[in-house]
Amino acid sequence: MSLELIDGINKIHEFLTSNIEAAWVVSLIEYVLVGLGFLTLYALIALFLIIFERKICAYFQCRLGPNRVGPWGIFQVFADMVKILIKEIIPLKHNDKLLFYAAPFIVIMGSLLTFGGLQFAEGVHGVDFNVGVFYLLAVSSISIIGVMLAGWSSNNKYSLIGAMRSGAQVISFELSACLSMMAIVILGGSMNLSDLMAAQEDVWFIFQSPFTVVALVIYLIAAHAETNRGPFDLPEAESELTAGYHVEYSGITFGFFYVGEYCNLFINAAIGTLVFLGGWQAFHLPFAGCEGFNAVMDAIPSYVWMFGKTLLLIFLSLWVRWTFPRLRIDQLLRLEWKIMLPFSLANILLMAIWVALVK
Amino acid sequence: MKKYFTDIFSGIWNLLKGMKITGKVLVSPAVTECYPEKRDELQPKERFRAELTMPHNENNEHKCTACGICAMNCPNQTITVKKSKITDENGKPKIVLDQYLYDIGSCIFCGLCTRVCPQGAIEFTNNFEHAVYTRSKLIKQLNKPGSKKVEVAKPAAPAAKPAQAGQNEVAAPKQENENKQ
Repeated sequence: MSLELIDGINKIHEFLTSNIEAAWVVSLIEYVLVGLGFLTLYALIALFLIIFERKICAYFQCRLGPNRVGPWGIFQVFADMVKILIKEIIPLKHNDKLLFYAAPFIVIMGSLLTFGGLQFAEGVHGVDFNVGVFYLLAVSSISIIGVMLAGWSSNNKYSLIGAMRSGAQVISFELSACLSMMAIVILGGSMNLSDLMAAQEDVWFIFQSPFTVVALVIYLIAAHAETNRGPFDLPEAESELTAGYHVEYSGITFGFFYVGEYCNLFINAAIGTLVFLGGWQAFHLPFAGCEGFNAVMDAIPSYVWMFGKTLLLIFLSLWVRWTFPRLRIDQLLRLEWKIMLPFSLANILLMAIWVALVK
Repeated sequence: MKKYFTDIFSGIWNLLKGMKITGKVLVSPAVTECYPEKRDELQPKERFRAELTMPHNENNEHKCTACGICAMNCPNQTITVKKSKITDENGKPKIVLDQYLYDIGSCIFCGLCTRVCPQGAIEFTNNFEHAVYTRSKLIKQLNKPGSKKVEVAKPAAPAAKPAQAGQNEVAAPKQENENKQ
């Protein structure tokens, strides 16, 4: 009796192949099932993160948080979800209707494409190809097009300023996020996520080199800035821009932005986990005589490791969000271009030297 | 160049200090009280201003001299002091309190009335449940029916007593401030 998800998936596959003759029907059913599974997981993660953030934020402010609907208020998000689904979508006059309604879909599409490239447990992933890290970085940048379109098509100066700030911020911090992950690609010798996982089986990348720690810190800051959350939330600074690029959206169109934001939080933490903290690999001690300890760690299912580490990074992100005040746009860009970019470039160089000399 | 690096590392150190503070707050218990569920266990802070009252002693006597300073200091004209002039047994004219009306609907709970009262005749209490069905019920008469001003035995005492009362009034919040720090 194994607790791993891959065994259940294999059983479903065997059941389908033994009952259905045509191979293409089996594939079709499996594609539909995988798609449904991804969409459900996406929505559930967004709901979980919303209640998680509300509770954590409450504890950071000595409050209780939602506590009326269900035990500890855990069903509050479902009530909110139903509310946002039945809310009216208010149409605007004098705006670009097509772009206005396309923008939330572009945001959610970029987020979902990234979600599909992740690995959730041993052998559980949507796609696995040789440029996995590159793919994740590439498609996670699609969302910014949606954000810019939303700001532009709203015909609202606050939206436009928010979107422009968001564009400047995301494009800047993308550089550091990518460069910090390039350091890991040098260390792992591959862009394939499965290869990176295999390289982390004994020791996670974070413990393999001092430069991975620097890369992780840079990645966490850059990824946090990419999600447009405080202290980097100046694109949606409510006190100066009302809500930034999504001020004109209502109902489920706003809900898409909201869900996209929370899922991006998860996706960034998950990428950080996969690339730096060993993903779904258990914590192993690479010394002789630690076999018992390693066996105990292996007994914990791989998805528990994956989601546990991801949750840890999400918690760190929330901690930062509820601690620091918002940066100004010039401070934000100075942080990226004058501090983090030189550091990550130097880090890549040092990592290459480390790999050449030590490994 | 040196400043560039020291700035970065001192900045990171300061950020970590900030996170340490919020981390402490995270694990400290919540200050929120669940109101209807834990109604009996509620312990509002002593300085919490919820309702103006006029304490009466066991002989149904209060300390109010109907001077009207509280009404004058009230920013919202929440307090109305209705008084009348009578002649006492010595033939001297004397002002007595008829009705001390307090409209809680317009009170902003600033506490200026209790601060300025030379007699210490009124004070704020913690009873915060003011829900009523009509607005007229929000206007309360603070002096109980049939009550009168507490009589002072010696003629010299009135001068001394108010001063004492005033001192206490000023001293009490100060002490609490010190405790807080």
